[in-house]
Amino acid sequence: MIALIDYRAGNLTSVRKALAHLDAPTTTPATPADLATADGVIVPGVGNFAVTAALDADWRSAIERHIARQRPLLGICVGMQWLFDGSTEAPGQPGLEMMPGTCSVITDQENTTPAEPGQSDRVGGRLKVPHVGWNTLRVTKPSWLLDGIPEDAQVYFTHSFAAPVTDDCVGATRYGMEFAAAVERGLVGGVQFHPEKSSDVGLTILRNFLRKAS
Amino acid sequence: MLSKRIIACLDVRDGAVVKGINFEGLRHAGDPAELATRYNREGIDEVVILDITATIEKRKALADTIQAVAREIFLPLCVGGGIRGEEHAEAAIEAGADKVGINTAALSHPTLITTLAKRYGSQAVIVAIDAKREDGRFKIYVRSGQQGTERDAVEWAQEAADRGAGEILLTSIDQDGTKAGFDCELTAAVSSAVPIPVIASGGAGTFDHFVDVFTTGQADAALAASIFHYSEHAVADLKTHLRTNGIPVRIT
Repeated sequence: MIALIDYRAGNLTSVRKALAHLDAPTTTPATPADLATADGVIVPGVGNFAVTAALDADWRSAIERHIARQRPLLGICVGMQWLFDGSTEAPGQPGLEMMPGTCSVITDQENTTPAEPGQSDRVGGRLKVPHVGWNTLRVTKPSWLLDGIPEDAQVYFTHSFAAPVTDDCVGATRYGMEFAAAVERGLVGGVQFHPEKSSDVGLTILRNFLRKAS
Repeated sequence: MLSKRIIACLDVRDGAVVKGINFEGLRHAGDPAELATRYNREGIDEVVILDITATIEKRKALADTIQAVAREIFLPLCVGGGIRGEEHAEAAIEAGADKVGINTAALSHPTLITTLAKRYGSQAVIVAIDAKREDGRFKIYVRSGQQGTERDAVEWAQEAADRGAGEILLTSIDQDGTKAGFDCELTAAVSSAVPIPVIASGGAGTFDHFVDVFTTGQADAALAASIFHYSEHAVADLKTHLRTNGIPVRIT
């Protein structure tokens, strides 16, 4: 059973449907104690990092126990950012602190001359934030999470803040700057993009997670 | 690099896709889920379901349609048409929509944009704008393009973004249905004025029209309906054409 943590940060319908398509039974635990029997945990989330405040001490310790039981966890979007120390989007709001680093807003760090119109991430000379759409996922390290993902596969993003490229990064994406699109530490994984909205590539990633959970 | 998105629009009435469809290869003529599945296979980046159902009683059919499509494809799915308030948006999102498009209701009740953005996140809120050239500017029309207003499209797009819209779906009434090309001037005017993505719509007739709207028009995404219905390869062929012309697209 896969536990989808509903902490009122967006709706879980899409993730639930994608997992149902892969024949994975899901549940939405009502209390942190319900995580004790989960084979895998998914922390989704959209919106502002501040929403993760709903993951209070009880949830955090239940999630930490889940990880200590050597069961896999997947953070999606804000759920991935939450694995880090925190985010400049909500200063003072700690993340799970499972991975070192602080998430920050996407900035234009390109110093090249803009390419021809249509060939640049800049529109009218500037970078639009949020970063919305399909972008290239560059696999940077072997990982269970991105196993079987083809070179230069594209995945669907929608976000304004991003995690830094650190030792935990297994897949990177460039938009104005390079950021961690996928992270992994042991059985804890995270993706900045939306695998449930990334067609076949996304389903492969969810399948990789389910394999670890089985 | 971020790809330019190609979005297919399904005009749906009472649960069936209407308007100029080549039904070849579909078991049920006009079945939205089958058409969406085909588009997914061809490499479409996103799907919009535009509800043109006349009556409120038929909205149940819309929820069924959304559910059927969301069960089959794992792509961003936007639902628009007749979303007049929070309860309509809620019904669409609960049925499986990732984004809702609001048009007339946003203009008459701009706070709806903020309400929905707070509840579902800005990425879930698309403000649709239908614009028409008049007196040297781009004026907004509402009620499916039937009723003119005094509002300026560029100014309203900026306000919508400020209020929390995540994207703008911009349709040129002048070009819509003509197959004569997108209104690149309109698209560029809005796209350069807002910090959020702009989806260009109305007028797609040839693959080169897409090249134009992604270069001259500065569009982040382009939406069309009938052009994709003609052949089983239209989406893939379009993307190959765009890539040949230096436009970054997702090739599957």
